[in-house]
Amino acid sequence: MGTIVFFIFAILAIAAAWGVVTSKNIMHSALYLALSFSGVAVLYVLMNADYLAAVQLLIYTGGIAIMVVFAVMLTLRGEICASNPENKVWGWGAVISTLMFLTIAVVILTNADWRILPTPWTAGGSATDISLLLLTKFMIPFEAAAVLLTMALVGAVILAKGVNVNK
Amino acid sequence: MNYLSNFSNFSVGLSTYLLVGAMLFCLGLYGAFAKKNMIAILMSIELMLNAVNINFVAFNRFLWNQKTDVHYLLTGHVAALFIIIVAACEVAVGLALVIAVYRNRQSTNVDEFNWLKW
Repeated sequence: MGTIVFFIFAILAIAAAWGVVTSKNIMHSALYLALSFSGVAVLYVLMNADYLAAVQLLIYTGGIAIMVVFAVMLTLRGEICASNPENKVWGWGAVISTLMFLTIAVVILTNADWRILPTPWTAGGSATDISLLLLTKFMIPFEAAAVLLTMALVGAVILAKGVNVNK
Repeated sequence: MNYLSNFSNFSVGLSTYLLVGAMLFCLGLYGAFAKKNMIAILMSIELMLNAVNINFVAFNRFLWNQKTDVHYLLTGHVAALFIIIVAACEVAVGLALVIAVYRNRQSTNVDEFNWLKW
């Protein structure tokens, strides 16, 4: 049962990612991006990472994908059916990424240490378990992430709004 | 029939998750190389960060044992969480830059952004 669910949502995530990079209409690309993120959230549930699945749906699907849609609507010019073209060297990009995928696949499939099946999971993964780590062992990175989020918020507002030089 | 029953007994291991992550990463890499639109490149970068998250969670799920200190069992989840935070910051600042550049140049085509070139 878990195997069937895994393959349905893995293929959904990969097909949606293929749609993101091949779609000619950038609005379709943005919506395929939300679909790909949702498929990955189901993979997190299959790996017993419940809290991360919820965070993935809230931040990636609900926040980032919607923000990308807004940016697309604010910067759209010309015909929407040809709003997401390839550049002149897309063939080289295709060759390089295919070669890179083949290399990674060979490494993964020939490494015997990674050919393992899941053991029963008893380590949790809820918000309580993760907050235990975040507030003890990873407290400094946690505070640094808070500072980073504040600075990114202020920086994004200043960059998008512009500063008044006459003042 | 025998082949089918073999297939339904096939269990999803670590390498299958890693292959899914590798495939998403390479699709994002292709998009970052081949797209003209700045927002499409940002979307491809998000795809690559997401693929890395799958790898973190998969390694944490499969390479754990009960002898590990309980405070370190979910380190991979915490790493994935920090990547999600950094990705959110990155897309906020990136889209603000897109809008700022668009206001000056009326374009999002990266091939036209060459005014820092000698």
